[in-house]
Amino acid sequence: MNIFDIIGPVMIGPSSSHTAGAVRMGNLARNILGEEPAEAQIVLFNSFSKTGKGHGTDKALVAGILGLSTDDDGIKESFEIARKKGIKADLVFGNTHPEFPPNTAKFILKGKNNSTVVIGSSVGGGRVIIFSINGFNTEFTGEFNTIITIHDDRPGVIARVASFLAEKSINIAQMKVSRESRGKTALMMIEVDEEIPEGLDSALSSINHIQRAMIIKSVLGGV
Amino acid sequence: MNIRTLDEIITEAEAQKVSISTIIKIIESKELETSVENLTKKMKEYFQVMKESAQKGIERPISSLSGITGGEGYRLWKASENAISDNVTLKAAARAMAVSNVNASMGRIVASPTAGSCGIIPGVLISVAEKLGKSDDQITDVLFTAGAVGKIIAMNATLAGAEGGCQAECGSAVAMAAAATVELSGGTPRQVGHAVAIALKSLMGLVCDPVAGLVEVPCIKRNGMGAVQAIMAADMALAGIESIIPADEVIKAMGEVGRMMPEQLRETATGGLATTPTGKRIKRELFG
Repeated sequence: MNIFDIIGPVMIGPSSSHTAGAVRMGNLARNILGEEPAEAQIVLFNSFSKTGKGHGTDKALVAGILGLSTDDDGIKESFEIARKKGIKADLVFGNTHPEFPPNTAKFILKGKNNSTVVIGSSVGGGRVIIFSINGFNTEFTGEFNTIITIHDDRPGVIARVASFLAEKSINIAQMKVSRESRGKTALMMIEVDEEIPEGLDSALSSINHIQRAMIIKSVLGGV
Repeated sequence: MNIRTLDEIITEAEAQKVSISTIIKIIESKELETSVENLTKKMKEYFQVMKESAQKGIERPISSLSGITGGEGYRLWKASENAISDNVTLKAAARAMAVSNVNASMGRIVASPTAGSCGIIPGVLISVAEKLGKSDDQITDVLFTAGAVGKIIAMNATLAGAEGGCQAECGSAVAMAAAATVELSGGTPRQVGHAVAIALKSLMGLVCDPVAGLVEVPCIKRNGMGAVQAIMAADMALAGIESIIPADEVIKAMGEVGRMMPEQLRETATGGLATTPTGKRIKRELFG
């Protein structure tokens, strides 16, 4: 904690959890997609669904997938910005899910090349957790630079990725692997301390049995 | 240097015969591995955002996104000529509400320490500086003092309404604003400590009970009232009035009161004003 966690950050109101956190979640979903979305369906759950409109949560979520930051004046006009860019954004209210945390949103994003389904929650003070990517369980805050691989569940893939990162002097802070079922597709999430060099995703993708590698730049921690 | 209490900071400032903000700037620049100049520059930028938000909210009535509040800062500002309270106090309250109005309208603010309590520090400091003829640089300096007080509260209690009720958010903001005001007015570090204690004591036990869960009722007017209390706490400390309970003990007690507070009164909108007949009606009308 430093002094600018106390006086600061600069943010668009009214709420760190319902506005700033929603922007951050959208930012992460966009980074996971890895390109400008062309079509987005965003489903709001629980408290987000019930009180989201009063906090501008819907506008904040759309601002997030547009790549606006938490202090951007454009958040309020995010629907208009999306329309001008030809991005179709569809917000779905009215859902509850007993197993999801209070402030949860599900992003179904389609871009030119990729599509992704991301589920996450705003957990207070602007901090967020992404707990599902394309059906895989994750636990990922966006506070670190993160590498995500989707790969065939085969022996040695994880070791190859780890030694590849070691060669580049990238230190692994945290790591988590989950899979659909034995021998099928798996997702690995690696949070690292360092800046991730450009092009590392395509270098990783060329490793045998890796279907896709993504680099997700950190979005700051607490508001 | 691993400082955990306000008393350590005050003692250090007294020993070095400098202000609290001088001490804090040096500590923070070491922690953040950057120069004091860089820190000051960033804080000054934050102060500009504070000024812009206060100005925006007094120039014209600003409505919230939900439409249940709006224009409180503007109306009080316009009433200043015929008001009963003195000019500085009234302007501080008007500006505090103005910033909160901007927050509720999805405008840009500085969380200080939180979005819900973002009006108090700008409202007080801009208005006090206007009366005392202090510059933006001088206000920027005392924002470090306010930040230090907030940091000590965060370490020893909490700044989150969900954890400690409104005393943790607006209560802390009032204490921080009072501290900065004392330093801006030329008070001693010891007097800063007393202002913190006096301010926090006067808001102890305050619950967080937002109608419909929105940062509007009672938050906006509470920011206005908080500004007034900050100025009076500063005046008391500057007059040589001392808090019998030391600031660090008051801070710990505030945290303890927060932990004793039922969940219904900690930002969940399930008690207090949120569950009054009118509070429930507003919620029904907004969200069905």
